[in-house]
Amino acid sequence: MTNSWIDIKNTDCCLIIGSNAAEHHPICFKWVLKAKEERGAQIIHVDPKFSRTSARSDFHVPLRSGTDIAFMGGMINYILTKEKYFKEYVNEYTNASFLVNPGFSFNNGVFSGYNAKTRIYDKSSWQFQKDEKGVIKRDTSLKNPNCVFQLLKKHYSRYTLDKVSATTGVSKDNLLRVFEAYTATGTRDKAGTILYALGWTQHTVGVQNIRTSGIIQLLLGNTGVAGGGVNALRGEPNVQGTTDHCILYNVLPGYLPLPRANMPTLEEYNKKTTPVTHIPESVNWWQHRPKYMTSYLKGYFGKYATKENDFGYSWLPKGDVAKSEREGDYSCLYCYEKMAKGEIKGGSIWAHNPCQSIPNSNNVRQALTNLDFLYIAEVHQNETTDFWHGPGMDPKKIKTEVFLFPSCHRLEKEGSISSSQRMIGWHYQAAKPKGKSKAMGQIMIEIMNELIDLYKSEGGVHKEPIVNLNWYKKYDAEAIAKRINGYHVGGEKKGKLLTGFGDFAADGTTAALNWLYAGSITDEDGNRLKRTGLAQTPMQKKVGIFPNYGWTWPMNRWILYNRASVDKNGQPWDPSRAIIRWDGAKWEGDVPDGGYPPMAKGGKNPFIMLPDGLGQLYGTGLVDGPFPEHYEPTETPITNHGFSGQLTSPCSKIIPTDKIAPPADPRYPIVLTTYSLTEHWCGGSETRMVPSLLEAEPQLYVEMSHELAKEKGIKNGDPVILESIRGRCEAVAMVTVRIVPFKIQGKTVHLVGMPFAFGWTKPGIGDATNRLTLYTGDPNTSIPEYKACQVNIRKADKVTELSYEEIKVEEHHG
Amino acid sequence: MKVTRRELLKVAGAGAGALALGGLGVSYLVTESYAKDLKIKGAKEVRSICPFCAVSCRFIAHVKGGKVVSTEGDPGYPISEGALCAKGATMNSMVNSDHRVLKPLYRAPYSEKWEEKSWSWMIENLAKKIKETRDKTFTVKNAEGQVVNRLETMFHMGSSQMSNEEASVVVQAMRAMGIVYMDHQARI
Repeated sequence: MTNSWIDIKNTDCCLIIGSNAAEHHPICFKWVLKAKEERGAQIIHVDPKFSRTSARSDFHVPLRSGTDIAFMGGMINYILTKEKYFKEYVNEYTNASFLVNPGFSFNNGVFSGYNAKTRIYDKSSWQFQKDEKGVIKRDTSLKNPNCVFQLLKKHYSRYTLDKVSATTGVSKDNLLRVFEAYTATGTRDKAGTILYALGWTQHTVGVQNIRTSGIIQLLLGNTGVAGGGVNALRGEPNVQGTTDHCILYNVLPGYLPLPRANMPTLEEYNKKTTPVTHIPESVNWWQHRPKYMTSYLKGYFGKYATKENDFGYSWLPKGDVAKSEREGDYSCLYCYEKMAKGEIKGGSIWAHNPCQSIPNSNNVRQALTNLDFLYIAEVHQNETTDFWHGPGMDPKKIKTEVFLFPSCHRLEKEGSISSSQRMIGWHYQAAKPKGKSKAMGQIMIEIMNELIDLYKSEGGVHKEPIVNLNWYKKYDAEAIAKRINGYHVGGEKKGKLLTGFGDFAADGTTAALNWLYAGSITDEDGNRLKRTGLAQTPMQKKVGIFPNYGWTWPMNRWILYNRASVDKNGQPWDPSRAIIRWDGAKWEGDVPDGGYPPMAKGGKNPFIMLPDGLGQLYGTGLVDGPFPEHYEPTETPITNHGFSGQLTSPCSKIIPTDKIAPPADPRYPIVLTTYSLTEHWCGGSETRMVPSLLEAEPQLYVEMSHELAKEKGIKNGDPVILESIRGRCEAVAMVTVRIVPFKIQGKTVHLVGMPFAFGWTKPGIGDATNRLTLYTGDPNTSIPEYKACQVNIRKADKVTELSYEEIKVEEHHG
Repeated sequence: MKVTRRELLKVAGAGAGALALGGLGVSYLVTESYAKDLKIKGAKEVRSICPFCAVSCRFIAHVKGGKVVSTEGDPGYPISEGALCAKGATMNSMVNSDHRVLKPLYRAPYSEKWEEKSWSWMIENLAKKIKETRDKTFTVKNAEGQVVNRLETMFHMGSSQMSNEEASVVVQAMRAMGIVYMDHQARI
């Protein structure tokens, strides 16, 4: 989240799209309601299904799953043609005036530089025009046909109400209703916020969905301000923290890119990954990357990391360079593909249930049988721990050795957790681990200690990174948190904790396992993650900033890009909800994004993480285009969407072993979307074991419209079978007005929705919905397209996965 | 202002008592004596964070005799202000669930059952397996002859359930082995 949970109360208009916040982030929703009750904010819910979020919104707009870019593109067009944008903000704080290379083009749905064979773009034609000093050329009148603003206008002029309506299934009246309400926030005294979740990310255009909100929030001047921002409602307990620490293939902790094969030395790594700018007003924060990388290596290998050995850089694994959409991608999709081919020998799955929660789960379940060994840490047995005797499996034919380590519950260990708003808090140990269970951190430390001993005594291949690891005797959360924060390991301050980003050095005198968390523990204040103070200044109180509660990265800043909330003189666009203000000598309010003075006093551009410091209406960073463009989901009910001849994403990550139904396949005419539940957690392996939660949501169901039910002869409560080209699934029919048929290009398209929390290890409740969904991933993130695929549905004459009779009896008596 | 649970109950009891129970001749002392018998009486309060969505609601666990006896929302957390959703409200059942895995379990190749094993047996045998696989299949150079020093035959699918410190430890271990196939729920 750029902003905070509490900050939602400061908004005038809350657009919830790709999220069902009331059910999936229930406690945050009070702040949405507060905005509605206390400010009279408009709440808009755009989602395929009517839910409890819709019920509390001013209006709900159903749209066909996978058509968000068409919808948001229509809004961008509306903003530009009706001149709803915040002109001063756009001029001062965005790259609207940048001139793009004249070689850039967009034809029939594809940008210049595309290679159909490798499915990647050569982005050289997308770059900006530069003068002889390397400074980007600008036209502040915004009239040059090659300036970002004009290109944006041209691109989205194609997103007419008629086309958007025909593709999304949203009526023109409803489109206008949302566009009018939301774009009214494009003034200095109004703010609008966009809340999204997995309903946006889990598409082959997931990142570009989010880009549309970035563009809209910049045009309306809603980025960096109270009650604004682009807010990802992150979905899992410590998903923010585990992302920051990068349990991810492509990055090292603190979002340092994974070294690649073409970066054999640290010098080469720094050269290839450190951005350069020639704009004097730009901070270009990532220029400090070499300091963070060296400090990471020092933290990682301790005394063994020396200047002479490149701080141990050569010991790190290197990924291949991406020469096609799949090369150098080591994400779960490619991992399971490789496993299915028998090319992976062993590995670990910790507190994760892929047999339930990875798409095309039949493939995953089968792939695990190819492993020689698997080691798992879990609180409960689930579909993954017990895959070897699951449905259709014959244990006598499955070679995989499984080591199942009992993992303790959160209440039985201590440590820190980072919330969606980047606020880190401490959880204390309440009781000893039950039985023989242990903390996952402790388990990992024990395994590594054994491995280190083996390599020390026996030697082995490339043993340096193992034997030179700056390792631990036992899991001590506070000691590790200090190593994450970082220390001075040389120089005058040797032994002192780092106090913030300014302390980092690239010469090996500082060591930190995650630069982003620097300042979270200091010698002066102690462990700031443990703070529970509620003290605020009057200004902080007004907008709901609690700087003494926990600690928020970066540098305890609550609202990212907050220097965009003020004018050139450092005065808030809207004084009634100021988050920072220049008092003539210093900033007050939130911790500013860099302590530079206001722009009029020689300050710096507000978007400090971008090389040029200005919000990117046009961006060259993504792999699938500088502007979001509508493409259909990989499986789609139509053959032509009317925006171009390019039906689906030209760069999506397609896994060859994944079967994909052709466009408008008559065998699978119905759109399936999937979602979570309030009462169950993700794959459900923990919550299904709680009687009260299972009683509230007892069985796998499928929500469908009355119209579809009538067409298929299905009654509410009937057992049904769903089929995609990949698998089948049993569910109970829930016939409801919450889902309505869509009118797409004049024809009726039906959509059904299913939760995915039910699995076979709890008998009778149903089995993985993800047997239906497909692997295909977003080209930037490789996030699979869970939210849209094509299925068919029929009434079942016999069910095996559901204890159907029992439910009937209960209903009868109930 | 710090309000103890007992004072809070007193105030609540007094208000309710005056209106509803006062007429029946019942004083707030009833409430107070009820509070004395609550299972959390004398329990230690320990603060934790809900392990579900990333609103990260705080809760207080009441611990008696080394056992969690009750959990409730922490009113001091300015975001949740003491509220919990359906899942968060069941924390006590979750930590005390008798379905939990409590012993190291091992499934041998082609076996139809789990076997209980000691921690040391598990760790020793697993570490041997990792080393054997790594030493046999480590990739020093890629197809183009560039040095890559990676282990492509092993993977890690990790967890957003971990604390930051656990995540940090796991990432260090996996990269030290040379693992590149590493991912977690952030992608799903």
